[in-house]
Amino acid sequence: MVGGPQTHRLSNGGLIDRSAPLSFRFDGKTYVGFQGDTLASALVANGVKLVGRSFKYHRPRGILTAGSEEPNALVELRSGARREPNTKATTAELYEGLEVASQNRWPSLRHDFMAVNQLFAPIFVAGFYYKTFMWPAKFWEAIYEPAIRRAAGLGRAAGVADPDHYDKAWAHCDVLIAGSGPAGLAAALAAGRSGARIILCEEDFALGGRLLADGGTIDGRPAAEWISRTLAELGSMPDVRIMTRTTLFGVYDGGTYGAIERVNDHLPSPPEHQVRQRLWRIVAKRCVVAAGSIERPIVFAGNDTPGVMMASAMRTYVTRYAATPGKRIALFTNNEDGWRTVEAALGAGLQVAAVIDARPDVSPAHRSLASKSGFTVLHGSVSSVEGGKDGVRKIAVLLTGGARAEVEADGLAVSGGWNPAVGLTSYHRGRPKWRDDIAAFVPDGAPPGMVAVGAANGAFGLGACLREGFEAGAAAASDAGRNGNAGAAPVAEDEAFSLTPLWRVAGKGKAFVDQQHDITASDVELAQREGFESVEHLKRYTTLGMATDQGKTSNIAGLAIMAAVSGKSIPETGTTIYRPPYVPIAIGAFAGHHRDEAFHATRLTPSHHWAAEQGAVFVDTGLWKRAQWYPRAGEKDWLESVTREVKSVRGGVGFCDVSTLGKIDVHGADAGAFLDRVYINTFSNLAVGKARYGLMLREDGLVYDDGTTSRLAEDHYFLTTTTAKAGPVMQHLEFCRQVLFPELDVQLTSVSDQWAQFSIAGPKTRDVLKEIVDPAEDLSNEGFPFMGARKVALRGGIRARLFRISFSGEMAFEISVPARYGEALVRNLMQAGKQFGVTPYGTEALGVMRVEKGHVAGPELNGTTTASDLGLGKMMSTKKDFIGRVMAGREALIAPDRQVVVGIKPTDKVRRLRSGAHIIPKGQTPGPDNDQGYVTSVCFSPTLDQWIGLGLVERGRERIGEIVRAHDPLRGEEYDVELCNPVFYDPDGGRQRG
Amino acid sequence: MRIVCPFCGERELGEFTYLGDAKPARPAADAGEDAVFDYVYLRDNVAGAMSEHWYHSGGCRAWLKVTRNTLTHEISAVEPAAGAGAAKVGA
Ligand SMILES: [Zn+2]
Repeated sequence: MVGGPQTHRLSNGGLIDRSAPLSFRFDGKTYVGFQGDTLASALVANGVKLVGRSFKYHRPRGILTAGSEEPNALVELRSGARREPNTKATTAELYEGLEVASQNRWPSLRHDFMAVNQLFAPIFVAGFYYKTFMWPAKFWEAIYEPAIRRAAGLGRAAGVADPDHYDKAWAHCDVLIAGSGPAGLAAALAAGRSGARIILCEEDFALGGRLLADGGTIDGRPAAEWISRTLAELGSMPDVRIMTRTTLFGVYDGGTYGAIERVNDHLPSPPEHQVRQRLWRIVAKRCVVAAGSIERPIVFAGNDTPGVMMASAMRTYVTRYAATPGKRIALFTNNEDGWRTVEAALGAGLQVAAVIDARPDVSPAHRSLASKSGFTVLHGSVSSVEGGKDGVRKIAVLLTGGARAEVEADGLAVSGGWNPAVGLTSYHRGRPKWRDDIAAFVPDGAPPGMVAVGAANGAFGLGACLREGFEAGAAAASDAGRNGNAGAAPVAEDEAFSLTPLWRVAGKGKAFVDQQHDITASDVELAQREGFESVEHLKRYTTLGMATDQGKTSNIAGLAIMAAVSGKSIPETGTTIYRPPYVPIAIGAFAGHHRDEAFHATRLTPSHHWAAEQGAVFVDTGLWKRAQWYPRAGEKDWLESVTREVKSVRGGVGFCDVSTLGKIDVHGADAGAFLDRVYINTFSNLAVGKARYGLMLREDGLVYDDGTTSRLAEDHYFLTTTTAKAGPVMQHLEFCRQVLFPELDVQLTSVSDQWAQFSIAGPKTRDVLKEIVDPAEDLSNEGFPFMGARKVALRGGIRARLFRISFSGEMAFEISVPARYGEALVRNLMQAGKQFGVTPYGTEALGVMRVEKGHVAGPELNGTTTASDLGLGKMMSTKKDFIGRVMAGREALIAPDRQVVVGIKPTDKVRRLRSGAHIIPKGQTPGPDNDQGYVTSVCFSPTLDQWIGLGLVERGRERIGEIVRAHDPLRGEEYDVELCNPVFYDPDGGRQRG
Repeated sequence: MRIVCPFCGERELGEFTYLGDAKPARPAADAGEDAVFDYVYLRDNVAGAMSEHWYHSGGCRAWLKVTRNTLTHEISAVEPAAGAGAAKVGA
């Protein structure tokens, strides 16, 4: 076997599989553990005490706990793209080949150069960020911050994309249970027997909670037997789902909970097609929180020495993992529960050096255990621990009465009592209440539908946990409408729990409150002296409890010390607000599959696959992919392709997929009246078979959207929106219909995805269309005049909608066919149009032609412009009410000096005009005072053979012909431009009517 | 948060789009600029039960009037807008 013997592993006992050895590497050295180990228990079994270096002072740190509250034993797991920093060794499951590196040390864990930070400790005191920020900024940026960034910190991110997949899923149940300790299992048993649908989440990979380490007797039998009997019974129920490796981390509104399932973190890499983690959103009628409690440290000098461990953690390593944190240990406790660690240690054959008990009395049973086992009981407190990276050597004790004693030991178990895990119950801004008898905060109510039971509710006895859990499980099921017979509750004795509160022992040397953030007791005192007495201030000033462990072992101690120095009680001092998540959650889990090409949905136009065959270049417009241009062999750049496409349309015929426009069918007797209220112009008087351009305002008077709407029948209009506003306009129109004008007989149907729509433009449009449309249809200027709109039959019988509308300014039609025929139509157009030189064009050419025609689009419909700004003020009807009418008349919106749409062209014909350039009067210095607007849209106009654009310019329409300056500081350009008529091409519109 | 759509049943927040205060009523055409200004811009900052417009955008597209406690997010009532669902012709 590689890696040598497990020097600190017991030969018997524990929930590990000695027949399944697992080798792993820690800082390059190979060790062996067993199936069933966590990384922490395997390190303990190998006698490894030094696991990491602390955040600020680089002090040697070991393993403090055996659970997700761990502040110290943070490591980097795995390597390369799967390197994961700041992972708790106490919750990481061991697997064959696991690679682990310690963090925040240089050059090595044992010889950390940065440990000199301890010498500069005075500059790292509470509030040091705030204090040093007051230094000259240059000094901070150049020297101080880089130095701190090198010295302080945690693990290193992988620096490359995560290769694994994450999933998101929903689940629904009657009763959600957090925790599988005695209370949680009892709740599941009662709720399950009542017939409830249950989900039980357990963050550990094994079920049983504290029973796994502490055992006990339930229904007269060993706890382990009860666990397996209970699991068998739950397994036989149809609607019980037990999720291990799953932490309930958040509570949201309406009985929605967040849980993270670590599906494959316990494997080197997820099996093929499987995810690493899954983020669950669970909707539950009731939730029983049986999340247990967290043992709390006592703050004394040297309490961060490797080998100082929570008493419950030490016995967990001994009993559950058969790993011994020391050969000769001591216990420092202020309560009865700590003594169980002594019993466990003795049971495993360890030496107990002494028990230091801060309480005035120790029970006779414990006294006789001490004399029988040959250790002393010292009344008093640990004042300091001597030791270092190799662990604890000596413990200094201050005896009640003032005398001093010393204890030689290589491990110190500490128990300061237990804090119920009140996180989940407090996530709706609940404040827990103080209970004097256990000197701890317990839940004071909970979010709707939730109840805390067992240790999470301050009931620490095994009997009480079972009782409370069972009752709550039955009640939760009943509340959810499940009233089956819950049967008898499991029964157990309640252990004694007597505690004398003790938070801190005064002494020389650093005494840590928050070990992960290196916050000492004197930092808390300093914060109080400097006026940061409120717990919320204490937290932010010292950063106490703000590390990745969220202060699970430190918050209460910190506020207890604050209470003591400020002369208040602990409940008066109060707790900070509890916020989810309960444990750190990988961003990848929140993202789930929504990354890379699946970041959002992708919408493809009906002609997409055909366009891809042609080699089209696509552009993302919202969710859509649209053909931007169709390059041809030999074309040197996009401009050459686009210019060719424009010339082909203007001189012949081309077509473009415009299916991305929003399309809405408006039906009903009042359809016209409805449109009159939502558009500034009138539609009720539009003749059947005609189309009209319409403009909508928002209720505040600014332009919302535009588009062409056609009347296909007396009670049927077909409305189009811009691509960008397809969804919002539908929502807006539904609001108008359902909320504002419910009396109108009108129905709206979104048909954006139902119709494929193409613009066919150019003087030869009719020639091409005649090949497509049934010969019986009259496409002549008389039979189908400009702005005509009607249903037509195509050759072969397909029904289409044909609109004689033009965005390009050419003679043009738009044709709609059911979306499933879209691709066939394109292929037919290409074939039928070949003899006329038909040319597909993309959004760039579309844009060029619209700028040449002075049509406004997104850059001008930008949410700050009025109808009049766009040159469309005359469209506003004065004979009817419509959305935005009144507000559009406000003083500022009709002011004569508004910036309005105007044409812009450089006086130097070869100069390129750029969007975003600001307009300044000639001879004036650029700046906010002289800024008169900016260039909104530009294009190279093949027709005019120069760059042209549209802009929003103050009083622009009155200044046609004026030469002004275009000022473009981003590109370092300034040049003369002429303000001109925005309709550069065919201003009287003869071509589109022809 | 979960909203019980009168047409679709209980659905998750992500299916809905929030608009805001449902109390202001659109003034009559001749109400004057001040009334419209109030309608467009003035809102009560309610701490407690508030009537709000929500749109079931990911479902039936009904506009809903939801009574929500802004302090607790508890929803006490959901009713469809007057014109939600099929048009009530002749009703
Ligand atoms: Zn609905």
